[in-house]
Amino acid sequence: MKIKVAADPKSVLEGSLEIANYFGYLSGVHHVQVDVERDANLGNCVGGILVDINGEKYKVRDKKEAAMLFVQGVILRKKVKDLAVKKVLPPEESRITPEVLIVKRNFGKYRDIDGYIFLGGYEALKKALKMKPEEIVEEVKNSGLRGRGGAGFPTGLKWESALKEKASEKFVVCNADEGEPGTFKDRMIIEEDPHALIEGIAISAYTVGANKGYIYIRGEYSDVAENLKRAMEEAYDRGFLGEDILGSGFDFELVLRFGGGSYIAGEETALLESIEGRAARSRFKPPYPTQKGLFGKPTVVNNVETLVKVPWIILNGAEEYRKYGTESSPGTKLFSICGKANKKVVVELPLGVTLREIVYAYGEGIYGEGELAMVQTGGKAGTFVSKEKLDVKLDFDAIKEGVSLGSGAITLIDDKSRFLDIALNVIEFFEHESCGKCVPCREGTFLVRKIISKMVEEGKVDCDALQEIERIVLIMKDSSLCGLGQSVHNPIISLIRMLERGEVA
Amino acid sequence: MRVTINGREYEFGEPMTVLDAARKVGIYIPTLCYHPRITQSGSCRMCLVEVEGQRLLQTSCTTYIRDGMKIWTHSERVKAAVKHNLELLRMIHPDDCQTCEANGRCELQDLLQRFGVERTMDYYGNSVKILDESSPAIRRDLGKCIKCFRCVKACEEIQDLSVYAMVKRGHYEYPATAFDAPVYSTVCVGCGQCSFVCPVGAITEKPDWRKVLELLENEDKVVIVQTAPATRVAIAEEFGAEPGTISTGKMVAALRKLGFDYVFDTNFGADLTIVEEGNEFVRRVNKGGPFPMFTSCCPAWINYAEKVFPWVTKHLSSARSPHMMLGAVIKTYFAEKIGKNPKDIMVVSIMPCTAKKDEISRDQLIIDDWKPVDYVLTTRELGKLIRLKGIPFMSLPEEDYDHPLGVSTGAAAIFGVTGGVMEAALRTAYEVITGETLPKVEFDEVRGLDGVRDATIKIGDKEVKIAVVHGLKNTEMLLKKMEKGEAFYHFVEVMACPGGCIGGGGQPKSLDPDVIKKRAGAIYEIDEMMKIRKSHENPAIKQLYKEFLKEPLGELSEKLLHTHYKDRSKEYANLWKYYEEGKVS
Ligand SMILES: Cc1cc2nc3c(=O)[nH]c(=O)nc-3n(C[C@H](O)[C@H](O)[C@H](O)COP(=O)(O)O)c2cc1C
Ligand code: SF4
Ligand code: SF4
Ligand code: SF4
Ligand code: SF4
Ligand code: FES
Repeated sequence: MKIKVAADPKSVLEGSLEIANYFGYLSGVHHVQVDVERDANLGNCVGGILVDINGEKYKVRDKKEAAMLFVQGVILRKKVKDLAVKKVLPPEESRITPEVLIVKRNFGKYRDIDGYIFLGGYEALKKALKMKPEEIVEEVKNSGLRGRGGAGFPTGLKWESALKEKASEKFVVCNADEGEPGTFKDRMIIEEDPHALIEGIAISAYTVGANKGYIYIRGEYSDVAENLKRAMEEAYDRGFLGEDILGSGFDFELVLRFGGGSYIAGEETALLESIEGRAARSRFKPPYPTQKGLFGKPTVVNNVETLVKVPWIILNGAEEYRKYGTESSPGTKLFSICGKANKKVVVELPLGVTLREIVYAYGEGIYGEGELAMVQTGGKAGTFVSKEKLDVKLDFDAIKEGVSLGSGAITLIDDKSRFLDIALNVIEFFEHESCGKCVPCREGTFLVRKIISKMVEEGKVDCDALQEIERIVLIMKDSSLCGLGQSVHNPIISLIRMLERGEVA
Repeated sequence: MRVTINGREYEFGEPMTVLDAARKVGIYIPTLCYHPRITQSGSCRMCLVEVEGQRLLQTSCTTYIRDGMKIWTHSERVKAAVKHNLELLRMIHPDDCQTCEANGRCELQDLLQRFGVERTMDYYGNSVKILDESSPAIRRDLGKCIKCFRCVKACEEIQDLSVYAMVKRGHYEYPATAFDAPVYSTVCVGCGQCSFVCPVGAITEKPDWRKVLELLENEDKVVIVQTAPATRVAIAEEFGAEPGTISTGKMVAALRKLGFDYVFDTNFGADLTIVEEGNEFVRRVNKGGPFPMFTSCCPAWINYAEKVFPWVTKHLSSARSPHMMLGAVIKTYFAEKIGKNPKDIMVVSIMPCTAKKDEISRDQLIIDDWKPVDYVLTTRELGKLIRLKGIPFMSLPEEDYDHPLGVSTGAAAIFGVTGGVMEAALRTAYEVITGETLPKVEFDEVRGLDGVRDATIKIGDKEVKIAVVHGLKNTEMLLKKMEKGEAFYHFVEVMACPGGCIGGGGQPKSLDPDVIKKRAGAIYEIDEMMKIRKSHENPAIKQLYKEFLKEPLGELSEKLLHTHYKDRSKEYANLWKYYEEGKVS
């Protein structure tokens, strides 16, 4: 038996792929053999997803109707009058943002350095070494590249300030700590294109005048680190790292460091502490790492994804990069789709893409019985976004509408999740990951967790307690030392708002 | 730079933090983790201010002023955050003020008081409850710890011993020793710098004042007190006076009021030390070594030498520290004069130092079967006793020390400051070696507060290379240079605490960045006021030798005034055993 589900853009963005997946799921649950086909030419209908069973056209609005259709129409092989569609509209032209492969340009295409060079690898480094550092800074500034580690700081400006510092020694550090649960974009890069990362780091070092660099990779990534280590050895062998790189007179030593696996170690100053051999706890800023970083020397810290974009920009130019994305946030971004998604994948999309496209076209909606209740964007410290807001354009400005971009994690949450469970899960994470340095975060996360635990024990939400929690996390935002404590309010308050609007129970 | 604070414009000449700027113009900003003796951690979030153009509140202790900056120090937003953060601290802090060593001298208590911070949240208790009484020098009662990082930084930055590190995360973190070993079994030298900087009662000196109170009020013994050189320029701070206020006479009067039978001066012991140590140095000069000779009057330094640089123990002067010398003289020479046995007398030393509490527990210092000193109280503890007994310290009339062990010289006075022992020794050694009178009493080469100061001094036809160092971090650097052969000296003075004893771990707590400078100034002032400024000219010392000791380095001196050291570098090395014992939590 065959079920066709409409898969033209209109249907997809309304969740037809989720329905298609759900039919697959139901066939497993009921042990019935069915073929589920996604048909872009099936057409669509108003107010639901168009489904075709043995030539009969139906419309389903949600999973409940889909399940009924499956039982009646597929298992019992009956016609389901209630769901029959009267008018089928022609399929819609494509308007789903396609993937753009800048970071993913080489994914799956090479095994060793020869393969990388064949693909044009290390050409950007050669070109960069012939440029003046100021020219590279200019190019990167023009590209509008902003950090992909979460804060979105303009990379060119960061490099410029490090370049301007006068010091006997400077460092570059690649932040591969990726402590965000559910995020695995940096891991994929390291696995699929380690040489582009090495090349990007080397260019950043040359630009700011650093002769030593570190890749700080989380301990849990020891498997992919092997890959990286091998790539680094190859790069040393071929003279892309080490002394007098490509006869340019530029020396650059790159070292791999493993992190202890705490979330806070991804915060740039805590990361520097960790490299220096201390426990990962944030330092106050300013001075910024570009002024006084590793061992007190000017240091540029960049995320893996940021750095991998650099060789592409050097080769293709800032203008080409700006063709993608929005004015304030040019270029592409890797999104890690996780949570209850049908497809947990890393996709590369131009900034400005809607959340709806990511959720329904690339994540294919919620797996199993549940319906989408909300999405958390930007990782654990990101905001909870109501499904009413799926059409928001994702870029660094989206925070103005209460949607954070962060590291690009997109977590799908279904309607089976209760407010208190989600809240407890969030705050337990922060209580556990707070580095302990500053009072508002260290004790604030503990106190909020205590309050929420108490509500969970009593099994009911206490509105006065919620108000108190809001007060605590807002002062935490205003007075904490680092980005961790400063962002706990994002998930907590956006979640409370959803509760108030009745979007979560 | 023009900076607007709370709507008023001010002009500042040099770069400084917002905190310093505000204080300079008399604006109060609360602090709890900032301490001038160490670098900032920015952890307590009490010194918050609003800065125009900044999205979030800024900590004034870490933020530098900029031209055109607009700052608000007590807007509603700032006040709400500060009060909330204090409430959070109260949430984990016990209500133990009544019996707390820090009571009345506690920065947290002051802030809770000032901001009227009631217990608005449930009391959850501190995540750590360790009570560590292993050390005779310091006590750790971590249930009161507010995790301000000061102790961690003090031990690391001043002493480079890093006895503590913050372990665990979030609410659960605390300053731990390696493997949670008792602090006395670590490399800790007992200097008490951690207790000096601790804003609360979580690290204090090991309190002995209750025992002394009992002794004074209820026991039938002759109780004799002696006071170290550095105490007299600091004790008045316990009663609100400016650092560097000289209050020798008031202190003596207060001690009499407390009920001590005799009040003697450790400065007498210091003069005696100089005569013995000076002669030891002269003997080494004449014998050609061994060099370098290191001073031995700082017990934290002795601990350091024994634990970290055992080769140094062979080079240390064998002279006991001044209060130990005086204790021995009190219980023999003076005891005879008043017809008592050593055991009828109790000696209490008032010291700027916690390490001296540890020192008196050393077996090598027991003479026959009695201890030269029975209790050591810190300057802070003396302050507490005086307050407890309601003695109006600041309005007491000045009194003099008792005779004869209260007579001292300017040379003894400067023992309290880094470089002082060296200067005092040089004053005596010069005259002993050359037989001539010093043309100028002051040795400016050894004065000042630089970490390491060295000089070559001409004594007769000899050139003597000397070095003065304070703080064990500086000491470590100097010793390593000496190990590598990059530096050579005949005579080295080491004081473990910054500025010497005036900056001792038992001194009144102070947030004045210039406290050491001010106390040092007072010490030199005392020296200048003294009629006799060289130890060997102290008439009471001369009399002591004539009547009793006979000669420096003589048989009786050796027994009463000298000691020996041992290599203890292996003792603390194996902290793993605490791990194996499962003491680690
Ligand atoms: C709590 C916290 C965790 C962070 N974790 C990471 C991380 O895992 N990886 C990362 O690249 N940046 C992380 N960041 C951001 C870094 O501090 C820093 O901004 C970034 O590495 C800079 O690189 P970019 O400019 O290329 O984004 C984290 C920040 C905070 C506050
Ligand atoms: S905000 Fe939290 S994670 Fe950041 S320094 Fe403070 S305690 Fe540590
Ligand atoms: S540390 Fe301070 S607040 Fe705490 S009990 Fe002692 S005196 Fe009271
Ligand atoms: S007493 Fe001195 S050595 Fe011991 S822990 Fe404190 S600061 Fe460190
Ligand atoms: S023991 Fe004292 S100095 Fe150390 S962290 Fe705790 S409160 Fe601060
Ligand atoms: S005093 Fe400034 S943060 Fe603690």
